[in-house]
Amino acid sequence: MQKWVCDVCGYIYDPAEGDPDNGVEPGTGWEDVPEDWVCPECFVSKDDFSPYEE
Amino acid sequence: MNTTLCDNVEWVGYVDWHIRDFHGYSTNRGSTYNSYLVRDRKTALIDTVKAPYVPRLLANIQQHTDLGNVDYLVCNHAEPDHASGLSAVVKACPSAKVVCTEKCRKALAGYHDISAWDFEIVKSGDTLSLGERSLVFLETPMVHWPESMMTYLPEEKLLFSQDAFGQHYASAGRFDDEEPCDVVMYEAKVYYANIIMWAGKPIAKALEAASAMEIGMIAPAHGIIWRKCPERIIEAYQGWIVCKAQPKVLVVYDTMWHSTERMAEAILDGASKPGVHARLYSVRKNHITLLATEVLDAAAIAFGSPTLNGTLMPEVAAGLTYLKGLRPTCKSGFAFGSYGWAPGGAKAVNEYLQEMKFELLREPLEAQWTPTPDILEECRKAGELLAEKALESACAV
Repeated sequence: MQKWVCDVCGYIYDPAEGDPDNGVEPGTGWEDVPEDWVCPECFVSKDDFSPYEE
Repeated sequence: MNTTLCDNVEWVGYVDWHIRDFHGYSTNRGSTYNSYLVRDRKTALIDTVKAPYVPRLLANIQQHTDLGNVDYLVCNHAEPDHASGLSAVVKACPSAKVVCTEKCRKALAGYHDISAWDFEIVKSGDTLSLGERSLVFLETPMVHWPESMMTYLPEEKLLFSQDAFGQHYASAGRFDDEEPCDVVMYEAKVYYANIIMWAGKPIAKALEAASAMEIGMIAPAHGIIWRKCPERIIEAYQGWIVCKAQPKVLVVYDTMWHSTERMAEAILDGASKPGVHARLYSVRKNHITLLATEVLDAAAIAFGSPTLNGTLMPEVAAGLTYLKGLRPTCKSGFAFGSYGWAPGGAKAVNEYLQEMKFELLREPLEAQWTPTPDILEECRKAGELLAEKALESACAV
């Protein structure tokens, strides 16, 4: 599944891992991450993320 | 004052003996804004100071070299305590290029008119040769801001660590072996708790990246330089990034007519077991800077508020809002408080604890009007839960 990178701090959202500390279960695709979720490291919204190219 | 880190590397910053309020952080021992001059065939200045202290910075530089000889102004961090002086320093050092990350350039553009500045944009792993020696850059996003980086001088095993490993601590000595180490370590802990507790994961990444470097000395952007025992502060950080718990219990509260206070004292009584450090803090009598420091390595915490106008007391809300942003991890506890005719305070506190992902040891503990002997006994039992958790947490690490 497509990973997404935070444009502000570089945190990478990996759908395989999700963000369980903040209520996003492993296996959650980017489109299913809640709109009010914020970057766990720098607090910006989903709008500040871009598709991550490895 | 000895300001020499090693051959041709000098501290040229400013000691702020008088600051007592650093954007709300109670800086009881003042602070310093550290700036370092590295001279080789090229000369680099690493970080600047708050704008009002630029004349002192420039005078310090001029004791070692002419301002026209400064080739590089390395900006590790765009926050005004280190970079608000940059505009004046750029003007004073006409040959100098500003060396920073691209994100830092953008942040600086938000604070300064950078249209006439000459930039050299760097990223992790880039090396800038100064002649015999060189500067290597390590981006450390969120330690402290997204644009932040550290600068390493490999030939001297010297890390300019920016805010990491810093302390708000004004002193005549510049080095850890010139100041009382326990006081400096405590101020490093206060600094960590109040400035970067929320950034445990980014700090862990930065520590891992830095572990590839041989580090003989750490020169942070505030406070003393770790020359004698850099490993001691690194080891402390390894514990702080996971909020490693001591067998410590806190009972933090506010009160109107002493009912919640009596509950707090009964909880403290229950928590006061052998091997447990139990402490009582009124939020109105203690600064949030101290409370955040205590929370960093506490295992279990009870927060109490009476009900005022249907909700929690403003000072408790302020403290919890501050702590929520600092994001302490792996804490347990519960909420308590008294009320008159309609409950609300303890429940509102409980919501904060849920948001902070506390392991809740029990439901909110409430007393109507004043705590009865039964309620006080329940408070003591609840305090015992805190003590058990504290002993368990401390054994687990």
